[in-house]
Amino acid sequence: MRLLRRLLSRIWNSAASRRGDERLREEMEQHVALQTEENIRTGMPAIEARRRALIKLGAIEAIREDYHAEEGLPIVEAPIQDCRIALRVLRRSPGFSTIAVITLGLAIGANGVVFSVLNALVLQPLRLPEAQDLFMIQRGQAPSQSYPDYVELRDRNQSFDALISYEMDPAGLDANGSTSPIWLYEASGNYFDALGIRPYLGRFFRGSDEHGPNSAPYLVLSYAYWQSHFHGDPDVVGRGVELNKYPYTILGVAPPRFRGTELFYSPDLWVPIVDDQQVEGYSGLTSRSERGLWVVGHLKQGISPAQARADLGSVAAYLSRTYPKDDAGIQFSLARPGLVGDMLGGPVRMFMSALMLLTGLILLAACANLGSLFAARAADRSKEVAVRLALGSSRLRILRQLLTEATFLSLIGGSLGLIGAVALLRLLSNWRPIPNIPINLPVNPDGRTYWVALLLSIASGLLFGIVPIRQVLRADPWQNIKLGKSGDAGKRRLTGRDLLVSLQIAICAVLVTSALVGVRGLIRSLHSNFGFLPEHTLQVSTDLDMAGYSGAGVSVMQRRMLNAVEAIPGVSAAGYANRIPLNLGWSNSDVYSDSTTSYDPSHIALSAMDYSVSPGYFRAAGTSLLSGRSFTWHDDGKAVRVAVVNEEFARRLFGSASKALGAYFKIWGGTRVEVVGVAENGKYMSLAESPQPAMFLPILQAPSSTTDIIVRSNRDPGDLAPAIDRVLRGLDAGLPFTIDTWQKELDTALFAPRAATAALGVLGVLGALLALTGIFGISAYSVSRRLRELGIRIALGATQRQVLSAALGRIFRLLLLGSLAGLGLGVAASRLLSFIVYQATPRDPAVLGGFVAIMVALGIIAAWVPAHRALSADILLLLREE
Amino acid sequence: MERGTPHFMKSKKDVQPGTLALMVLKTLDVLGPLHGYGIARRIEQISGDMLFVNQGTLYPVLLRLEQEGAVESDWGPSENNRRARFYQLTRAGRKLLETEKRDWEQTAAIIARFFEVKAEDLA
Repeated sequence: MRLLRRLLSRIWNSAASRRGDERLREEMEQHVALQTEENIRTGMPAIEARRRALIKLGAIEAIREDYHAEEGLPIVEAPIQDCRIALRVLRRSPGFSTIAVITLGLAIGANGVVFSVLNALVLQPLRLPEAQDLFMIQRGQAPSQSYPDYVELRDRNQSFDALISYEMDPAGLDANGSTSPIWLYEASGNYFDALGIRPYLGRFFRGSDEHGPNSAPYLVLSYAYWQSHFHGDPDVVGRGVELNKYPYTILGVAPPRFRGTELFYSPDLWVPIVDDQQVEGYSGLTSRSERGLWVVGHLKQGISPAQARADLGSVAAYLSRTYPKDDAGIQFSLARPGLVGDMLGGPVRMFMSALMLLTGLILLAACANLGSLFAARAADRSKEVAVRLALGSSRLRILRQLLTEATFLSLIGGSLGLIGAVALLRLLSNWRPIPNIPINLPVNPDGRTYWVALLLSIASGLLFGIVPIRQVLRADPWQNIKLGKSGDAGKRRLTGRDLLVSLQIAICAVLVTSALVGVRGLIRSLHSNFGFLPEHTLQVSTDLDMAGYSGAGVSVMQRRMLNAVEAIPGVSAAGYANRIPLNLGWSNSDVYSDSTTSYDPSHIALSAMDYSVSPGYFRAAGTSLLSGRSFTWHDDGKAVRVAVVNEEFARRLFGSASKALGAYFKIWGGTRVEVVGVAENGKYMSLAESPQPAMFLPILQAPSSTTDIIVRSNRDPGDLAPAIDRVLRGLDAGLPFTIDTWQKELDTALFAPRAATAALGVLGVLGALLALTGIFGISAYSVSRRLRELGIRIALGATQRQVLSAALGRIFRLLLLGSLAGLGLGVAASRLLSFIVYQATPRDPAVLGGFVAIMVALGIIAAWVPAHRALSADILLLLREE
Repeated sequence: MERGTPHFMKSKKDVQPGTLALMVLKTLDVLGPLHGYGIARRIEQISGDMLFVNQGTLYPVLLRLEQEGAVESDWGPSENNRRARFYQLTRAGRKLLETEKRDWEQTAAIIARFFEVKAEDLA
């Protein structure tokens, strides 16, 4: 009863914030007055009487704390009170608070962004039901499988609930009389059922819809495409459309959040994979050597990945035994799905982890930075601390107060940083880095991001708030009040604060080094030899089977298009190919030496990138031939099979370019091909790749309906585009195509290094900023502490150099120490970057020089103002101030 | 003595917790309404030099008793013609004093018996 009453009364006090402060003050005042009168009556002098009365009353601060503890709910109220004091203290020093909030905002914001990307791409990539036991089955370390192998895998494995397969393809969709290019997934019939996805509208296709090639003319729209192209019309279900001029029926719409099984790619629609021939113009489904499918499945309940690997091993052994021609020595491996297995997943995971590490370092540097500033401030506040201690406040209470201030700051900074991060992430998520292809990075923040930001804020607040703890614990109120200063200024050789500054500079140096290596690598890869000249060229991309061309009609139409484009004034060269180096997508073929008669995997001489190109392609692309000839219109199906190979191909198969000319090799299980020309090496898949063998075949001998026309002109390519558009529409109004500059298409290949470099650059700038504020803070503080001493030195005739070395010498030594340590670490870290950035090496004079220049510049800029102040120290003014 | 800590901070807990409240209640019972200083004086007088109290610690105790409903307080004129807060025992306070007193006497009696006991008594 008593307890309850007390509790209620406290809650009431707390809620009504009725503070007995005034009452207590008055009571104690009266108490002292009465005691003083009493003392005077016993014959004490007035002053002594009051002093004794005060002593007898006891420590006012302690009483007050006890009193408040009685009065309210201390667990709830103390933090609030601490926050109120913190706010007041921080408002009194706006400079420090602003710097702290900005620093923390940047650091926590950067961590929020990087974590969010890491979370979206690596930690929980596919937001699908039970995604944790979803795996991609790779062939060796490569993601692609053939359809016959997929079928064997699906039917023979014991460890997966169901295996699905799918591939990305472009196609032409005609829903209202005009054909527009779209991107789709060809997916196995069990795709949706196996993934556990329910339709938003209508139904999905299923395994039972598949009855052999082109037997399931159904498609499922993505929610986004349904919204943007059908205005969310629920009546689309059952509507007939044309896909590549074949009649199809819309079965249903996928749910809004489902964007397929690869992270970067959001398809417009899904069609059953059995329609491969209609979608692609030819079907590779029957060939065991055509590997273009990705295979993914849920592990059965209770089956571990290791068990699944063993199981797949026995399927591989079976395939290897049964189909030695294509599958001899085949092995399967498991990879996390979502990033094309390990192909993208490997580098992405590696790079994101490295980036997270660097961003974590940024936060650590920010904490070191603020910690040293905070410690400096705590030293300046030692008088305040001493007074509070003397009045009976506990050390714990003072520490709690300091920590509250720090956490308060970091929470404000953290929230601002998070707001910025969310804005940036929204931008990133909506960004489409590659033209015409629905590729983007869905990295919107989720609950985890917010939690991480909150935790980081609190942790960093505690981290830098704890730095002055020893100062407070060791504070001696009497000494401090008497001296007016704390006694530790620069006595010891290396203080904790010095270590913090060096640590911070070292971290910043790592960031600056990484950024420089990244930027330098990008510049190099931009100036490296691509094996073609993308300047002044346009790419016209189309797929003739979208418009219903097939068989011989394809090459006839291709030649008509080429002639029409060549006739446009200003066009200096034109040629076409089935695909273009460094565009998205590639293909490679196994090559056998001419003497081979057995075409199983053990006899493969090399695997070469293959391209089908028209006469005139090399001139249009700017690929120079080192020897031999390029193709003519006579290199057709009736003529002898010929090829142009690149230098790397020639060197690996024949030993040298000169030996290659006129020599033969075999492809596609025995087709004999004569080398008629040798072209320069180039880049085919990515800028970071090492030299790859490549071969170019005449497109008349290796036909393809996919057509990329390269148009080189001596005019501005932008002016040419309308003319090309007009001419091609004149040939066939129903043909969907896109026109872009080759430079723009290169964005695909440059995406990874650019993104990496941008991320590194931002981190580098952040690191430099932190180094700047850190050095500035600590040198300004050091100068202000020693201003009197410096003034005396100047008055005694010290030279500028002597004054500067006295004031800032120590800081520059720390800068040097930190920079050297950071450079060493940065060199080690750069190895990680070489996965993405072309020729990332820190052993590069430009990087080293840039690094030294940046660190020196940072030091000079940061120390400029404090140095100025040190030099103008006027002892007379300073003495008068005292 | 630890560095720089004023000596009076150490003697804060010289009065056992709870006993001070009992002393306050008894004082108010005997003398009627009284202000904080009056209560402190009275406790000091009775205990003589045997008890060293930080007089200020009285106020949190008074506040607690008030919240428990054992005392009530109001402003009133003091002997130096200033305002002072006068504390007065309530009915509940009287009851509380009775029970506390009984508890205390029991405890004291038990403790006293422990000290009276000699080894041969237990044999």
